[in-house]
Amino acid sequence: MSARDAILGRMRRQLGGAATDGERRAAVKQRLSKHPMGIIPGRAQIGHAKQVKMFIERAESVQATVKRVASPDDVPKAVSAYLRARNLPASVRMGSDPLLKAMPWAAAKSLEVKAGPSDGNDLAGVSHAYAGIAETGTLVLTSGPANPTTINLLPDHHFVVIDAADITGDLEAVMAKLRKTSRKGPLPRTVNLVSGPSRSADIEQTLILGAHGPRALHIIVVGNSK
Amino acid sequence: MAVEITSPQFKQNTRDALKDAPLQRALGKVREGFIHKRQVAIDALPEFDALRDSARDIKNHTLAHLDLYLEAYEEKVTEAGGHVHWAETAADARGIILDICRRVDARTVTKGKSMITEEIGLNDFLEQCGVTPVETDLGEYIIQLRGEHPSHIIAPAIHVNKDQVESDFRRVHDHLPANRDLSEPETLLDEARRVLRSKYFEADVGITGANFLVAETGTSIIVTNEGNGDLTQTLPRIHIVVASLEKIVPTLDDVSQILRVLARSATGQEMSVYTTLSTGPRRDKDPDGPDEYHVVLLDNGRSAMLGTQFQDMLRCIRCGACMNHCPVYHTVGGHAYGWVYPGPMGAVLTPSLIGIDKAGHLPNASTFCGRCEEVCPMRIPLPKMMRHWREREFERGINPATQRVGLGLWAFLARRPALYAFAMSIAIPALSLFGGAKRRYRYLPLAGGWTRYRDLPAPESRTFMQQWKQREALKQEARP
Repeated sequence: MSARDAILGRMRRQLGGAATDGERRAAVKQRLSKHPMGIIPGRAQIGHAKQVKMFIERAESVQATVKRVASPDDVPKAVSAYLRARNLPASVRMGSDPLLKAMPWAAAKSLEVKAGPSDGNDLAGVSHAYAGIAETGTLVLTSGPANPTTINLLPDHHFVVIDAADITGDLEAVMAKLRKTSRKGPLPRTVNLVSGPSRSADIEQTLILGAHGPRALHIIVVGNSK
Repeated sequence: MAVEITSPQFKQNTRDALKDAPLQRALGKVREGFIHKRQVAIDALPEFDALRDSARDIKNHTLAHLDLYLEAYEEKVTEAGGHVHWAETAADARGIILDICRRVDARTVTKGKSMITEEIGLNDFLEQCGVTPVETDLGEYIIQLRGEHPSHIIAPAIHVNKDQVESDFRRVHDHLPANRDLSEPETLLDEARRVLRSKYFEADVGITGANFLVAETGTSIIVTNEGNGDLTQTLPRIHIVVASLEKIVPTLDDVSQILRVLARSATGQEMSVYTTLSTGPRRDKDPDGPDEYHVVLLDNGRSAMLGTQFQDMLRCIRCGACMNHCPVYHTVGGHAYGWVYPGPMGAVLTPSLIGIDKAGHLPNASTFCGRCEEVCPMRIPLPKMMRHWREREFERGINPATQRVGLGLWAFLARRPALYAFAMSIAIPALSLFGGAKRRYRYLPLAGGWTRYRDLPAPESRTFMQQWKQREALKQEARP
């Protein structure tokens, strides 16, 4: 007997055998197709403008920095200004995301834009978030050529552009959106839920930013609420 | 091959731990940090207790249908292009992982933090087979350099002080100039970050654990703060997830509920920095991510816990809150428990996995103060289950003869109230009488286990029942 059959067989015996099988199968089918919603915290059940505000506050409370701009055209300028203020080289890495590509990068003087995934030699990367979660100030980033996962992890400074309209109240709203986007196939290979820059408290419980991922996370919120 | 078990020497381990000055210094910090942060996070979420109920109910439902959710999960992983491997034992899991490593000629393997790979003793095994495992979580990296095992399930190096880390780094990173400052956690972290960066790129295989497996989508989820787990599963050609069977949850909505109680209970964060969902290998057009995605599902004794009085333990999400709040853990640390899982959750789980004959001391290492159950996000009745283990230990005649005779005598008396009251009415006043001026016993026959470490306070005059009777009688008299 294969390990699989042995394990599953043992479980069935322990759980009451064939007598309950039909009932149990129906319960599983029901839950997987209906995915009933649980308890949603009241804190983010508020108007969209307030959700955007909460998202920003919560992201800042986990040491992200946030800048609001009116239009996508303002993003390259905001990126340049951030780099200049920190004496960083004027160079960023990004994927083929259409929203990012349509921005006027050439207008931001002397800013070099490198395309494709990161090989670990970039100091700064730019991503476009799939969604944001107000209740915890969390960014949601999905893998693919538009926004390679390595850009989320390897550069010291990670810029994430998010359309204010993509900010939702709670985690479940993002799960529902993912379910909808991936109706016909699997979820993207990687979905990163990111709350602040990387950190560790493994030495004497002293919290330090910049463990293995980005040392700094700069969020650029584009536009106003819905 | 697997982790050496020293649980049978628990008593000696605790004596050593109490005398270990650096350990005692490090343990002082456990008491301060975790408890306060958790409380602040919970106070900020009024729905926390309702979410605990929700999380418990989800896991109970899942466990009652575990075989079926595992089948559904496997189907989804396969649809997404991944592979599921089933392992009955630790040795089976090690064999499956080694086969994958050998097939691709792997020389180094990076690892995200995973208690399951500790349980199966993966690092020593891979090393013996010529594959070099590199731990990338800062705490795990430190203890790998020290040749130790984690002493806490979410803070593996909590028993180590920074000066010890400095001397380990100087010993192993032999390129370091003597004048490099490594006196602070910041500089130590920078050094580890620099050394490990290249390891991610060199590795052929990345191994992570899983906090959750989602049946609805065939997704594995890791929850981390450093980003090392993400680099481990993104950069190498092959990603292997090692997970025990009970990590399954039905849907994305279900996992959202449990995520809300996990980080808050563990570190007092609302969300950990990285909660990452992985589904299958990289897609055709993806510029990064692994070419192959494997999940090794480990049983190792868990399926036999279903339908027993220990099933509730399978709800555990490994947040560490029980040990963070445990007076016994605070006193002796994690290594004293003698195997992979310390603290109250270890005291219940370890006997299930390695046998009560070896782990009998662990469920006895509790004051039954009940804090572990009070803080458990999954509402696992840990003290009750420790009692179940004590009963089993007694039934099987594992505990020593003196203890059994003592317990037998106690049981004989306790079931005969009149005899009990009579015996106590002699014993207690006698103990009171001979208690001396200090009202303490430094030594008492049959109570050596107590008086070896502390004095036994002498009881005051008479038994509670005697005093109660007298009080009632006085009340009667006082009535007109």
